[in-house]
Amino acid sequence: MDVILLQLLNGLDKGGAYALIALGLTIIFGTLGVVNFAHGALFMLGAFCAVSVQALLTISKKVKDESIKFFDAYKEIPYLEAWWGDTGAMIIDYAVPISILIAIPLMLLIGLGMERGLIRYFYKRPHAEQILVTFGLAIVVQELIKAQFGANPIPTPAPEVIAGSANVGLWVGLGESVVYPWWRLIYLAFAGVVIALAFAFLNLTTYGMVVRAGMADRETVGLLGINIQRRFTIVFGMAAVIAGLAGVMYTPILPPDYHMGMDFLVLSFVVVVVGGMGSLGGAVLAGFMLGILQSFASMNEVKSILPGIDQIIIYLIAVVILLVRPRGLLGRKGVMES
Amino acid sequence: MMFGDLTRNDKLLFLGFTIAALAMPLLAWPVGANYPDLLQKFAIYGIFAIGFNILFGLTGYLSFGHAAFLGVGSYAAVWMFKGVTMNVIPAVIFGVMVSGLFAALIGFVSLRRSGIYFSILTLAFAQMSYNLAYSVLTPITNGETGLQLRQDDARILDRMFVEQTEGLPSTNLFGLEMSGYPGFYFCCVLLIVAFFIALRIQRSPFGMMLRAIKTNQVRMNYTGFNTRPYALTAFIISGMYAGLAGSLLAVTDPLAGAERMQWTASGEVVLMTILGGAGTLVGPILGAGLIKYFENIFSSYNDSLLAESFSFLPDFLNDALVFVIGPFVGEGWSLLLGIVFMAIVIFLPGGLMEGLARIHGWYRGRGQGDAGRNVAKQAAE
Amino acid sequence: MTKINDRGVSRRSILKAGTALGAGAVIAPTFFVRNAWAEEFRNNPGNASSVKFGFNVPQTGAYADEGADELRAYELAVKHINGEGDGGMLNTMQPLSLKGDGVLGKKVEYVTGDTQTKSDAARASAKRMIEKDGVIMFSGGSSSGVAVAVQSLAQEMGVVFMCGLTHSNDTTGKDKRRYGFRHFFNAYMSGAALGPVLKETMGTERRAYHLTADYTWGWTQEESIKNTTEALGWQTVNAVRTPLGAGDFSQYITPVLNSGADVLVLNHYGKDMINSLTQAVQFGLRDKQVNGKDFQIVVPLYSRLMAQGAGANIKGIYGTTNWNWSLQDAGSQAFVKSFGQEYGFPPSQAAHTCYVQALLYADACARAGTFYPPEVIKALEDFEFDGMGNGPTLYRGADHQCFKDVLVVRGNENATSQFDLLEVVKEVPASQVTYDPSIFGGELGPYKV
Repeated sequence: MDVILLQLLNGLDKGGAYALIALGLTIIFGTLGVVNFAHGALFMLGAFCAVSVQALLTISKKVKDESIKFFDAYKEIPYLEAWWGDTGAMIIDYAVPISILIAIPLMLLIGLGMERGLIRYFYKRPHAEQILVTFGLAIVVQELIKAQFGANPIPTPAPEVIAGSANVGLWVGLGESVVYPWWRLIYLAFAGVVIALAFAFLNLTTYGMVVRAGMADRETVGLLGINIQRRFTIVFGMAAVIAGLAGVMYTPILPPDYHMGMDFLVLSFVVVVVGGMGSLGGAVLAGFMLGILQSFASMNEVKSILPGIDQIIIYLIAVVILLVRPRGLLGRKGVMES
Repeated sequence: MMFGDLTRNDKLLFLGFTIAALAMPLLAWPVGANYPDLLQKFAIYGIFAIGFNILFGLTGYLSFGHAAFLGVGSYAAVWMFKGVTMNVIPAVIFGVMVSGLFAALIGFVSLRRSGIYFSILTLAFAQMSYNLAYSVLTPITNGETGLQLRQDDARILDRMFVEQTEGLPSTNLFGLEMSGYPGFYFCCVLLIVAFFIALRIQRSPFGMMLRAIKTNQVRMNYTGFNTRPYALTAFIISGMYAGLAGSLLAVTDPLAGAERMQWTASGEVVLMTILGGAGTLVGPILGAGLIKYFENIFSSYNDSLLAESFSFLPDFLNDALVFVIGPFVGEGWSLLLGIVFMAIVIFLPGGLMEGLARIHGWYRGRGQGDAGRNVAKQAAE
Repeated sequence: MTKINDRGVSRRSILKAGTALGAGAVIAPTFFVRNAWAEEFRNNPGNASSVKFGFNVPQTGAYADEGADELRAYELAVKHINGEGDGGMLNTMQPLSLKGDGVLGKKVEYVTGDTQTKSDAARASAKRMIEKDGVIMFSGGSSSGVAVAVQSLAQEMGVVFMCGLTHSNDTTGKDKRRYGFRHFFNAYMSGAALGPVLKETMGTERRAYHLTADYTWGWTQEESIKNTTEALGWQTVNAVRTPLGAGDFSQYITPVLNSGADVLVLNHYGKDMINSLTQAVQFGLRDKQVNGKDFQIVVPLYSRLMAQGAGANIKGIYGTTNWNWSLQDAGSQAFVKSFGQEYGFPPSQAAHTCYVQALLYADACARAGTFYPPEVIKALEDFEFDGMGNGPTLYRGADHQCFKDVLVVRGNENATSQFDLLEVVKEVPASQVTYDPSIFGGELGPYKV
């Protein structure tokens, strides 16, 4: 029982991450019709917001390290700690939450810049060319990050107070055997909130309704005298923010490195397509479904019957779903089918 | 006559291509790419890209899992070397056939969907192949290390007819070792054959049909025409091309690794084709060459080598150049590749072929201008 | 055909096979016939004033930082061999035949290439070095898959390959090659060295749970560690395979929580290790009490670069390493000093093994008095040396594996600097990690190719 509950939590947590990463991608797909291979790079940039904030907070003065005699080595003492002692150390400790506040405006700017500077010229171009240009952009971005930060993952821990695990078992009356890291629970809640906000924005506000109308029929909306172009720009910015936030929040779980965007790129495409092109709900549903099934497929009991199933489960489910439901879980007819 | 019904232009194209392919070592000399391994790679990935273009360029079906066929072709060829003979002919035939079968299987399922759904299906199959080949299928694929020849391999035919030597045998074409330049020319001849077949396909009624699928599949279906068998045939042919490329990789270097099937490898051939010009005959080969050149040559430049090549300049200029160029070569070669991708697709939407067409057009435009002036002159005289 | 060799006999017999297969034989043109010159070999420097080494390291991909460090070490090695700089380990190596004037009077130059940590790319890069740049030896790499793939190429081409970082038993076991040499230690040695330390610190009644990267290296390490710990009396509760690059390992870690195991062994390397360790600590495994004992995590193969990526999570966690810059012997100090002065930080174990490999090859040429590979190989085989940072070392001829002391290390609880991440717990003497070469099988192959 505990095992099942734990795997369910793992699945929800994974699913939250998948859904959050896929959400931005499907918004860009669905509204702008652009195949954005740089989406993984946006996710990675978000994570490196946290790395940069942490680096800024830990700018250090160098003190000669006398214990090393072979060459000139320096100990690094962050100025914040040197000036403010424990308060300074605490600020550094909260680097990841702080970077969430910084990532929102920063990713918005990056998103707007990317749309205005590059993507908008590709709305009418074939998907193949969109792939090539965004893939090129992704490579450029990640190589620049590598030049600055190196290729090794960089530890970006969560604040000390929530570094440990919560006793989930006690909450649900299962005793002390079910513990789960605080940060993962927070991630799950955060994913839920961001997804709900995106939905509310697109479905409940007039602004969002115009955007959706523009998705369905750009020309008519344009004829009504609405500047649909500007709305699309803002939607792209919003997608970039969501991708970035997914990245920032993921850093305590996965120490970021320059290649993490590419690692998640294929997965996020699979999630979006399994969910169905042009459907936000589908992407979220698919994210959680794939996350949960992946967790259960990794259980030893399952693996002993089907060796290697955890290696391929995501793709296997994708194949089965696309064969049973031609347009994914909740896909609309005619979107990106040709 | 096999060339009989080709137009004059096509004959010229084929002739020009054949000459260029055979003269590749000379053509590659000025850019420092004239060594066997890279020339072999040019030819092999050229074949891969031509094959991919038959599917993508003609029918518009964007497969994101073509590397699986390349990998399967390699494994099949190496198993042939291990099990039967080091002669390359059976290995190539076996590799192409196995890939063809594999493509038939995957194509049959994937072609039930179109657009991005098709792309994701092919991607999913390829990723499953890769993940399994790397781990649980290790008895067949030798996993991480890759499938290699061993001293104690069966090699049934070879053991019957050839005395065994100390050390591992080499792949050969009836005694001609397939490493170095002979290996390149073997690949080159197959590249020319592959190009010729692609040319014939593109100009045939079958090719017309494939292009019709790209233009408007729905309408074709409405007229009661079942397009699936045509698309499937194209898919299988394209898979066999990939299998040929894969088995040639094994021929020139008898080792097959799982990473050949990873999605990045599938992505690479997509990039090669678009970069060169999807739908054109020569474009994909150019794209393949460009990417392989970057990967092999630009990655080898380090600062001292750069400084050496600019040593004719005064010191401060030399330093400045090394400082500016340094980040884009050596470990930064993929940065340069990314920039080139973006530049080409922004400025030359049709890929390298459009660039060539523009140069050609500009040249002809000027040429005609000259001709026009000459005519005017004559008239004046 | 650029390959000049002496397999005339085999070629004739292959020709026979060709005829037997029923097609016309291709008559070998005259330039296939081997030059009668006794010591002709590929990329013979002849009378040239310099020789070229090829340094084939990962410059892109997950191990790019390790590759960059390897490259720094090689550049330093070339300097020292050519008599520039402070000489580094040339001052401490025993016995030494190098004179600080290059190798056999020829200045050493080098070319570099990117393996991308992919077998295909690594072989392509190596071929470029051999076919285009004409290297006499090549070296480097940061994964066993690549090392095995590249050393079989070395054998085919007849150019010596000095392995970089590769830890799988296979490299000098079932996939060993006459033209490949490994200075780095392997999974078997990790297990043998860890055994006594684990017994001392954790006792003999432990229940271990393995998470293993699902590919060849992971399996060999799991097997080696299992053999060692089970010999101590430990039980193995479970050994679970995880996909390479899984990223999130939560679904593999949660079953550990209530499995009754009190030790978690992470047979992961690189990013996998950083992620699985970070997440295992997040799940509270390090603070857990099971069976009345403190829960322990073991990472059999450690490197400082990985330790940096895992941050504070490595504190107190045991593992092994080939070398650490904090060692106090003269060789290590000399190397750390020149490296630190050149680059401003201490070298990693990958840098160390690469530096030593380059020196060992050069020295072997000097001892052999020639660059002719079979002679150089013979000079390296069963060569005993000292002063290279690992104590007295043997390059065993039977499998081209170095036998030397192995370091058992622990994540430093009170690091004084950002480099001071690992503390050496024990230097396990070479005699305790030596094994019979026949246990892994494999065949080296011929000297002449």
